[in-house]
Amino acid sequence: MNDEKVRGRVQAPEERITNFKEVELGYNDEEALKEANRCLQCPNPRCVKGCPVNIAIPEFIKGIKEGDLKRAYEVITRSSSLPAVCGRVCPQEKQCEAMCVKGIKGDAISIGSLERYVADQAILNNYASTTNVHKNGKRVAVVGSGPAGLTCAGDLAKNGYDVTIYEVLHKAGGVLTYGIPEFRLPKSIVQKEVDSLKKLGVEIKTDVPVGNAITIPELQDEYDAVFVGSGAGLPKFMGIPGEDANGVFSANEILTRINLMGAYQDSSKTPIKRVKKAYIIGGGNVAMDAVRSLKRLGIETHLMYRRSEEELPARKMEVGHAKEEGIIFDLLTNPVRILTNENNDVVGMEVVNMILGEPGEDGRRSVTQDDNSLHTVDCDMVVMALGTSPNHEALKESNMVLTERGLIKTEEEKTKTSLDNVYAGGDAVTGAATVILAMEAGKKAAKEIMESLS
Amino acid sequence: MYKVLYNKRISSNSFEMAVVAPLVIKRAIPGQFVIVMAREDSERIPLTIYDYDKEQGILYLIYQVVGASTEELTYAKDEIFAVAGPLGNPNEICLHPEEYKDKRIVYVAGGVGIAPVYPQVKYLKEHGINVDVIYGSRSEDLLLIRDKIEQVANKITYATDDGSYGIKGFVTNVLEEHIHDYDLCVTIGPVIMMKNVCELTKKYNVRTIVSMNPLMVDGSGMCGACRCEVDGKPKFACIHGPEFDGHKINFDLALKRMNVYKEEEKVKWQEMKERLSKEVI
Repeated sequence: MNDEKVRGRVQAPEERITNFKEVELGYNDEEALKEANRCLQCPNPRCVKGCPVNIAIPEFIKGIKEGDLKRAYEVITRSSSLPAVCGRVCPQEKQCEAMCVKGIKGDAISIGSLERYVADQAILNNYASTTNVHKNGKRVAVVGSGPAGLTCAGDLAKNGYDVTIYEVLHKAGGVLTYGIPEFRLPKSIVQKEVDSLKKLGVEIKTDVPVGNAITIPELQDEYDAVFVGSGAGLPKFMGIPGEDANGVFSANEILTRINLMGAYQDSSKTPIKRVKKAYIIGGGNVAMDAVRSLKRLGIETHLMYRRSEEELPARKMEVGHAKEEGIIFDLLTNPVRILTNENNDVVGMEVVNMILGEPGEDGRRSVTQDDNSLHTVDCDMVVMALGTSPNHEALKESNMVLTERGLIKTEEEKTKTSLDNVYAGGDAVTGAATVILAMEAGKKAAKEIMESLS
Repeated sequence: MYKVLYNKRISSNSFEMAVVAPLVIKRAIPGQFVIVMAREDSERIPLTIYDYDKEQGILYLIYQVVGASTEELTYAKDEIFAVAGPLGNPNEICLHPEEYKDKRIVYVAGGVGIAPVYPQVKYLKEHGINVDVIYGSRSEDLLLIRDKIEQVANKITYATDDGSYGIKGFVTNVLEEHIHDYDLCVTIGPVIMMKNVCELTKKYNVRTIVSMNPLMVDGSGMCGACRCEVDGKPKFACIHGPEFDGHKINFDLALKRMNVYKEEEKVKWQEMKERLSKEVI
């Protein structure tokens, strides 16, 4: 039986490397219906268990099958505040789709693509619920407008709470705005999600560095509860010689310039280096985002990762897209020194080959350096995409208890922190993770806040 | 949007701007900075806080036109798109003035560096600490806010390269002459000047605080564009600074890192001048 999944249309690789438009074009009505009809509507659906926010997946797919997209949307939004975002950036292949029974012998249902289809139709046809919410007079402050903060704010606002979000940047969205590129998550989609929160009455105060302009103790006095979703923004560097050269950047800097500041457009007032050859060091989704963004600026782009392809932490789909786009993968290789000229400009790197060993305690295979393999490569840009850790700017003057790793400590299985009426979630608590896990934490926190304030 | 009360030229290449931004200055302490954007599509530019009126909620900034984005800012007459702050850490003396009561302190400012020096000197005077100021520039017309700094400084000495005002020479000439009068120096201005001041004070073993102003994007610890080498280690000026122990800064590196986008900035400035000239017509 021919039961392959319906593949969504994509922009052709040779075309998309010349623009920043979305790569995945999404399903049209016919494709969505065809894919929805593949769903077996399991009475005891495993996919729901694979979803961090437990969306009633068969139920929303049933909506598509029956042509009732509005109901499909309502089913999704019962559990998820940002469906158009999650449909695009969730690692479904490790979550809901990994659990799908159809995946055992063939292709799993493309749940992510169907979610995105429903969410996009909802935006197009304005399905957003406009039900009047009865205000309960309770006020909650949310620190950070990334996925955790937006989700927490949305759930609270839908339940009658007055919510104010504090954001340090000039635009809301956190990593959805500064981090994930336009070609994976159009900024117009993020803006729509933010606008729908505003329609619910959520106030967003941009340009406010919590910790400096207003402190968490002050927010505790002013509000009934506080949610901290300040993320993990501090980029890591390798600590190798030459890393302070002109032309060595964090992936965050490259992505912020391109996404938040629009530096890929000639009209942008924020510059970006249009170099000839760049190496991006790392193998996660951020590394993929950075390398693919730079490719679109006409730069010869290499991804250098110290383990092999199998260990790449990035989503398989992103790796596939990157390969199609002509990104050169230099695997089992690691830089040890960045070479510069007299002006401190990057001119190359000294790199070594790496040898994979046995899996360590964390399940990842260890790597050791092959000392006899030292060689040099030419380049004029090096981008470090080695992960990020939280900074504690927002926590100034708060005596917030942290873990040994410098993350905000919460009560076991809870989002409640060591401070009265202060909750936290997302990367600030877990370290750098995914959008959906941050959303899940935002949801959990909203629930705990409502329980404690009722 | 933030209301601009005025945005006026105060020298051939410097402007003073007053913006209504009550939340930005509510808790601000001298030494901190802000990030401004003239328009929604503008670059984010870091500027030091020059003065503030906490009751009225007014923030005062002084900035020098050095490229496309500062040029564009001069055209903001009614409102600007963003003012984020306060960012960075306060000056350590202003944060704990009681610990510095017995210290003999000198501030050494160069050019537009007087803008961040002024609020510190004023704040310290209000907290019972009188400090001397040495202020230098290339020539008289580039010496800014003389009347204001004279009101708050214990003693002020001017130095100009061409001798058009005050002593002919550099701030370091003045400082070396009086170096034994001081236990602590704060210097803010062009990187090359701060470097020269630090070389001098190191020789005489006078502790020196500098305020670094490297390239920045977000200003909140996220991009790392502003990293400086302090005591051999990378530090982010935005969240670890902007003030550091001047004797531990790698100034040669800081000077080179300022040039990262030099070529791109030149092109953008030219484009900006053309665009603005059309808009004005």
